[in-house]
Amino acid sequence: MLYDRILVKYGELTLKGKNKASFINQTIRTIKEKCKKFEKLEYINNFERFYIILNGEDYEKVTEALNNVFGLHSYSLTAKCESNLEAIKDLAKKVVETEIKVKTTFKVETNRVDKNFPMTSLEVSKVVASHVLKNSPHLIVNVRNPEITLKVEIRSNGTYIMTKEIIGLGGLPVGMDGKGILMLSGGIDSPVAGFFIQKRGVSIDMLHFSSPPYTSDRSKQKVFDLTEKLAKYAPKNRIRVFNIPFTKLQKAIYDNCPESYNITIMRRMMYRIAEKVAKKNKAVIIINGENVGQVASQTLQSMYVINNVTSMPIIRPVATMDKIEIIKIAKKIETYDISIRPYEDCCTIFVPKHPVTKPELDKCIEYENNFDYEAYITECIENIEVIDVNAGNPPKIVSSSDIGSLF
Amino acid sequence: MIYLDYTSTTPVRDEVLESFIKTTKNFWGNPSSIHKLGLISENLLTMARGQMKDLIDAKNYEVIFTGSATEASNLAIKGICFQNATRGKHIITTLVEHPSVFNTFKQLESEGYEVTFLQVDKDGRINVEDLEKSLRDDTILVSIMYVNNEIGTIMPIEEIGEILSKFPKIAYHVDIVQALGRLPVRLADMQIDLATLSAHKIYGLKGSGALFIKKGLMLKPQQIGGSQEFNLRAGTVDVPSCVALAKAMRLIIEDIDENYKYVKRLNIQLRKILSNYQQIVINSPIENCSPFIINCSLRGIKSETFVHAFEKSKIYFSTKSACSSKKNEPSRILRAIGLDEELSTNEIRFSLSHLTTSQEIITFENTLQEVIKELK
Repeated sequence: MLYDRILVKYGELTLKGKNKASFINQTIRTIKEKCKKFEKLEYINNFERFYIILNGEDYEKVTEALNNVFGLHSYSLTAKCESNLEAIKDLAKKVVETEIKVKTTFKVETNRVDKNFPMTSLEVSKVVASHVLKNSPHLIVNVRNPEITLKVEIRSNGTYIMTKEIIGLGGLPVGMDGKGILMLSGGIDSPVAGFFIQKRGVSIDMLHFSSPPYTSDRSKQKVFDLTEKLAKYAPKNRIRVFNIPFTKLQKAIYDNCPESYNITIMRRMMYRIAEKVAKKNKAVIIINGENVGQVASQTLQSMYVINNVTSMPIIRPVATMDKIEIIKIAKKIETYDISIRPYEDCCTIFVPKHPVTKPELDKCIEYENNFDYEAYITECIENIEVIDVNAGNPPKIVSSSDIGSLF
Repeated sequence: MIYLDYTSTTPVRDEVLESFIKTTKNFWGNPSSIHKLGLISENLLTMARGQMKDLIDAKNYEVIFTGSATEASNLAIKGICFQNATRGKHIITTLVEHPSVFNTFKQLESEGYEVTFLQVDKDGRINVEDLEKSLRDDTILVSIMYVNNEIGTIMPIEEIGEILSKFPKIAYHVDIVQALGRLPVRLADMQIDLATLSAHKIYGLKGSGALFIKKGLMLKPQQIGGSQEFNLRAGTVDVPSCVALAKAMRLIIEDIDENYKYVKRLNIQLRKILSNYQQIVINSPIENCSPFIINCSLRGIKSETFVHAFEKSKIYFSTKSACSSKKNEPSRILRAIGLDEELSTNEIRFSLSHLTTSQEIITFENTLQEVIKELK
């Protein structure tokens, strides 16, 4: 195999001060966890740099796994040979043949770490460039602004050659900064919020509200499938879903409050429940996919009134994004196709004909005093359903014991 | 019975049939129904698709279940042609495709599409440079089979994928029917856009096939009705068949290396026997050929007579591909590789399997001696 190792560069976490080591350690732990299935891999930690020695594992599969790790700025596939000119020339040619199939401008950049090597860096670059050029029909030299830089690093224990730098996800390693509860409805926005909050190093549990029989098993399946797409970024490839049976409370709101306030009060109840679930599970923030101005419950006045029930920080990663931008990310993280499945969720049932866009706080409190909502909330929490969702294997409604050996 | 016709069809594996029966009995809900019974069937369908994608490196593909490989190829070819007719009407295939592809191209030709039928060399392989030269601005589709069903020749599928990757507007369809479970198939890696497969060639059920479509590729549906199969193939989905197909694929691919090596040995054994007879000319090339197929021509003996002569000993093989063997005319494929009319007409095809035994080949040899003597 051409490539011998992958060089990993960290993202902004290298800017950290005293905590830098713990950020790097968390990133390395995550890398190892994601690459666990590749048994032959070895790791070399150089503090600023991290090498994954392939030992024959498929580099494409390994980079695919690295694409799910937050905290990585970039990584480069690296080939290794003996530190002698003929071997270097030969390997450079092979790397170019593998990587470059269309017309490309390039230059060679040599770093001679081993000063005993008998040629200067510049000389090596020249010789390698002319050798590669002779053998590849696609290459054009451009030392000022090349599309590809062939990097040659000569060390005493061998020479490393790499071409392109693959840009990683960036961000911070998930699990560095505690946990949050993500309110996952099944729409397009909340999974994207879940992607962004993980990018900032926050681990998440999901909170979903279902209202059977108004909502179906299919909308629950949707939540599992969405969670599965986000679980691949979690350090252990697993995210917990809390499913709240919401029907009774939702009906009570419908029965006791004016229709135009239904959604506002429902959202207030959701926040109350989210806060309780968060506290119980050592989470300190709530995250959701709210987007300023998108629907009646997301006007500024609505946000103010709804937010009023909790002092827990509520992070809204997509609050200021345009729908088009959100959709673009949703497609990238493969949640879009799942989100647009046309099943009812608790936010699409009991929708008032004319929802209030400028709800008043006093009125909310007044209407909520019409019924003992605390009792309903307690019941919701008592009957909470907990499902762990693993990346690559979303739970199914059909039980695995029923399936047996079908597949 | 000695069956040497596994290219025509294969016996169903017990485990596959069991999956089919269990699914039929226990999970007969319509996957499009909104109730739980429907959802469970939909779950099974999702799992079948997922398993199939994993098995042939097709994460970024959709799986459309069809009633046969022929239907899958028709959907792929016509789906691409009718979708892109405004952009171009030039399509490319080879002279040696299976009838399901070849005749679909013929039909399109009669409807105003311009078809380039690529020639093949004496081994039945196209020249990649010929393909490169025939690509044009208005080319919308290239369809090339992976393994030739009559002579076993392996086409340079990967190399073609590499070339076509520079032409993102050209869809690349590959008939992988005879390659699946026998040779390595990795759709993404091989840069294939559309792939046709069949269940009954891999010890699955008849009446079941599938088309893999790279995500984002638009096809015009060829069967109109409900929105099943991503709007591409209307009709209630046959979930038990889909589950059985996923299982058949897993089982055959799990043993692929072992089976290949085993059949390669049988192939050498059989070739050696056949080459002892001057009446028999082996047409399958030695290099870059599936060991599962040995194609021959007979000198001075009619292939039909020959096949029937073995029947009384319950030894079965083909005259030519089962899909074209009803007519007694020269094989299109053998003509394409340059054989004369007699040799092209008197074609016989042996096809092997991991189920074939060395003893069966020996028994065949004994019968062959008698038959040759008798027919002289």
